[in-house]
Amino acid sequence: MNETALLVNTALASGTTLALAALGLLINERAGVLNLGAEGMMLVAAVAGFAVALGTGSDLLAFGSAALAGAALACVFGVLVIWLNTNQYATGLAISLFGYGFSAFVGVGLVGKSLSERVPFQVPWLADLPFVGPALFRHHPMVYVSMLLAVALAWWLYRSRSGLLLRAVGENPEPAHALGYPVRWIRLAAVAFGGALCGLAGAYVSLVTAPLWVEGLTAGRGWIALALTVFATWRPMRALLGAYLFGGITVLQLNLQAQGVQIASHFLTMLPYLATIVVLALISRNAAFIRINMPASLGKPFHPGT
Amino acid sequence: MLKLEARAEPSRAMAWASPVIALALTALLAAALFAALGKDPLRGLEVFLVEPLNGRRALSEVLLKATPLILIALGLALCYRANVWNIGAEGQFLLGCVGGGAVALWLTQQGIVLPRLAGSTLVLVGGMLGGMLWAAVVALLRDRFNANEILVSLMLVYVAQQLVNWLVFGPWKDPQGFNMPQSRMFDASVLLPPLLERTRLHVGVLVALAAVVAMTLFMFRTYRGFALQVGGLAPMAARYAGFSARGAIWTGLLVSGAMAGLAGAMEVAGPVRQVTPYLSMGYGFTAIIVCFVGRLHPVGVVLAGILLSMLLIGGELAQSRLGLPSALSSVLQGLLLLVLLACDTLINYRIRRVSRQAPRSAA
Amino acid sequence: MSATATQTSATPPRLELHGISKQYPSVRANDAVDLRAQPGEIHAVLGENGAGKSTLMKVIYGAVQPDAGEIRFNGRTVRIASPAAARALGISMVYQHFSLFDTLSAAENVWLGLDRGMSLHEVTRRIGEVAHSYGLDVDPARPVHTLSVGERQRVEIVRALLTDPQLLILDEPTSVLTPQAVDKLFVTLRQLAAKGTSILYISHKLDEIRALCHHCTVLRGGKVTGEVDPARESNASLSRLMIGAEPPELKHQAARAGAVVLCVRGLSLARQDQFDVDLHDIELEVRAGEILGIAGVSGNGQQELLAALSGEDRRAEAGAVLLDGRPVGGHSPRQRRREGLHFVPEERLGRGAVPTMTLAANTLLTRTEAVANGGWLRTRQLTSLAARIIERFGVKAGGPGAAARSLSGGNLQKFIVGREIDARPRLLIVSQPTWGVDVGAAALIRGELLALRDAGCALLVVSEELDELFEISDRLVVIAKGRVSPSMPVAEATVERIGEWMSGLWPGGPASTAKGTAHAEA
Repeated sequence: MNETALLVNTALASGTTLALAALGLLINERAGVLNLGAEGMMLVAAVAGFAVALGTGSDLLAFGSAALAGAALACVFGVLVIWLNTNQYATGLAISLFGYGFSAFVGVGLVGKSLSERVPFQVPWLADLPFVGPALFRHHPMVYVSMLLAVALAWWLYRSRSGLLLRAVGENPEPAHALGYPVRWIRLAAVAFGGALCGLAGAYVSLVTAPLWVEGLTAGRGWIALALTVFATWRPMRALLGAYLFGGITVLQLNLQAQGVQIASHFLTMLPYLATIVVLALISRNAAFIRINMPASLGKPFHPGT
Repeated sequence: MLKLEARAEPSRAMAWASPVIALALTALLAAALFAALGKDPLRGLEVFLVEPLNGRRALSEVLLKATPLILIALGLALCYRANVWNIGAEGQFLLGCVGGGAVALWLTQQGIVLPRLAGSTLVLVGGMLGGMLWAAVVALLRDRFNANEILVSLMLVYVAQQLVNWLVFGPWKDPQGFNMPQSRMFDASVLLPPLLERTRLHVGVLVALAAVVAMTLFMFRTYRGFALQVGGLAPMAARYAGFSARGAIWTGLLVSGAMAGLAGAMEVAGPVRQVTPYLSMGYGFTAIIVCFVGRLHPVGVVLAGILLSMLLIGGELAQSRLGLPSALSSVLQGLLLLVLLACDTLINYRIRRVSRQAPRSAA
Repeated sequence: MSATATQTSATPPRLELHGISKQYPSVRANDAVDLRAQPGEIHAVLGENGAGKSTLMKVIYGAVQPDAGEIRFNGRTVRIASPAAARALGISMVYQHFSLFDTLSAAENVWLGLDRGMSLHEVTRRIGEVAHSYGLDVDPARPVHTLSVGERQRVEIVRALLTDPQLLILDEPTSVLTPQAVDKLFVTLRQLAAKGTSILYISHKLDEIRALCHHCTVLRGGKVTGEVDPARESNASLSRLMIGAEPPELKHQAARAGAVVLCVRGLSLARQDQFDVDLHDIELEVRAGEILGIAGVSGNGQQELLAALSGEDRRAEAGAVLLDGRPVGGHSPRQRRREGLHFVPEERLGRGAVPTMTLAANTLLTRTEAVANGGWLRTRQLTSLAARIIERFGVKAGGPGAAARSLSGGNLQKFIVGREIDARPRLLIVSQPTWGVDVGAAALIRGELLALRDAGCALLVVSEELDELFEISDRLVVIAKGRVSPSMPVAEATVERIGEWMSGLWPGGPASTAKGTAHAEA
């Protein structure tokens, strides 16, 4: 394969996890709820997906159960934060810590196991096109799913009445409640959806990227996805783009290592994390810009009936 | 049907009862988990809650593990009360190991032999500086660039882990270490003086106790401590009063960074005696849980630190006693925090039975 | 019965409430309330803050369920389980603090406020129709955050009208309008009533009720104290029903103005947020022993000006704000307090006081007498300071150890105002001194402000209640679109003139130099 085509291919594949997670978190945050439990949800889903794939050999079932696992954990978060009004930061953190421990505990028997060989997926005919073929059309179906999702969410958020309602709830839940909308259920639905997508993201790592299971497999991708939603100013297409850019950085790091660049591998491993910090600093610098784009009620508890 | 009703005043009784209730509920859930895994629930609970306290040696181990937890959680308590969400204490702990390790290695390599108290103090100071430096990065980015401290501090944890790896695989690798990723062993002169015979306890415990007293006084008896808390409780009131939000960010992060670094230095200058990639048992993250279970209060943190230390030890025991992976301890920790957060609702809300019936017409 | 509402004896009342009661944990908000509103009638619900008006409206609107009582709509007994159910019946509500989404357009806001059925395009068209037939000027495409307060209210009203309501509820609609805009609103409401819509008009403003409403139910402490025809009542008799006594008289001494204490010159500040207002070349002066009142509709720069004066915003040039001749423009709030400038903000919980902290701890926000060298806190001194304030200003609280949020609005305001007055300031700035406060506490606070003035302090009072400003100010200025008018002695001020100035129409003001008079309306 052409060098650049390979680069694009790997960036897309590598960025898909971030894309899925970021899209899910984006919907979450658009409803006004900040879920710091992304990493935990992704880990639990990753181990669930891996276990199911090992047992049934079906990718579909594996991804499906991963999505369910993510959504389930997200619902625990949702009930605590939306109905019991617990602190959103602390609860999200608790979910991440719990998810880390739980996935490690449950996955002990899965370490070292490997999945059956997967037939590399190709879009018929299109995959043979020069350059574009290897770059874009030789991916796992989930890559295409994430692209379609981004487009669908962008349309839904800005062109449908329910998308408008979600944005309104995230903007200011009080008037939405006064108008009679079930704000809490809307938020829970957003949270569950976000959890399901984080679940898919986690499963993608354990089923496609790695594919294996070890403790802490996702290595902070959940947190990076959280940063991505800020970077994307809560817009789906920008989130997709940002995810692929980050995928590119990960690829760059691997390429540099392979080319024997004279920097210790440890520093190259740091690259995605340092890049996240830099991106965060640059994007947050203009506080007013963030404030304009951020869903105004993000992170604040909602008490109906006051 | 049950309904949540806001209390006029937050219930002080519930604020202290909540962790106890949460612990009880977690124990119940744990028992159910043990049963589901085919183990005797009571034996399971015994491994976590009773065995770690069995005997002088066991108690000293509990205190030993509790010390870094308490130190880190003290700093975090101040930070969280100021609404600065430092989640990267793990990274600051590691930089404390690095800072303390750097001092220890330099003294060892130069062959400088100081009296034990002086040597170990230098190491501890080195650790504090390391932790403070790492936290200062977070503070700077939050202060200058308005970057979210949760994400930045977390990213720095991963960076710190790689930094430690690089050091022990590279420049600090023990030439006599059979190519194992570890640094030279430190000379005895830089290690913390021991506290109690036949235990691994060192003076770090006393340092931690002193820190508890100092933090209590600072939080509740000084104007600055008051200002920090107002910043966390009501940011607009803090602005009205003229309390500097920037000051709160720097104070919170530097103090918690220093405490985490101190804990890290104690770890290398204490039981471990060298720098390895396995220094942290996730102390930085467990400390967050200690902080919340301890109600963000120095005294509570001591009690919670002991409790979570028991859970950590229980996890290690669980492997040999129950045949369960040690990650079980992380599960229980996470569960405890979740249950606690749920129970905390009762501080501000009361549960009442409300009957659903159509209003009757007045006579 | 009023003669202006036309109905035959066979037509049932539009709305009937029998024995509505609602109990909250610490207070009985509604106690066996009866109310009757006929078709085409403008019915006032009068009561002071805390009398139970809001709760009653929430019951009618379905946001809250009563513990007891019966509701009849057009003669049929109904149970209004939710706002959607209320809307289905034909009940529509315009809120006091608007229920609009700032980043969405007016049309999108209205669309969300209607139940399904119409597309956004249809809604936009209907908005145009309704706005035209009632003479309301509303641009459907503009994002709500660019609208003035009066324009936002118009969007709310249009939204309510689009549902073709049989009963329209308005909650304190005029607190954010200029006197001229109030007149326009009344025209719209009378038009509506003539078409047969019933209107519930919640207010505590006696003059308006007497001018507009056909009938009036008076609430006090959750109970109905009277059901009257306002045209036949006087302010005094309505006041007696509302608070059980005549409106309290304040003792007025003639002002003896001394030296200039606060001098603001050329204060210009750019907005910090897209929702804020720029300040342009502000100029004003306050002398010792006088009260300068700043009138204005909310959203015209009051928050920004106050932040610049209190020190919460330190971007002003040092010389733009002079205190006793000393430049303080860049000083922090703590420095300004040391120089004698104290401030009472309009938000009590969350800004003037920390809700979960005790009253004793809350004194530390602005008073540092109990802080020893080295930052040590003298807790006993804190407690005694709080106790002194509680006693002197009649604050009903559980003692210095009570949490701030356990106090009622009026009592907390008394404490906060008292805390600042007790500091013996040179200049006291107060924002909305009696907003949401019961009449008794309001009178006490105003009396204290006057007493402080007589003792030689300079006071700057920002208020949206014109009556209050007329009552306590010696001189008045108006703030509009980030600019401040020249001052005038209160004796020379009339409501009409102030109302015009609130739209920026003073000589040299923003509206008279604006590119068109379209923005002249608040």
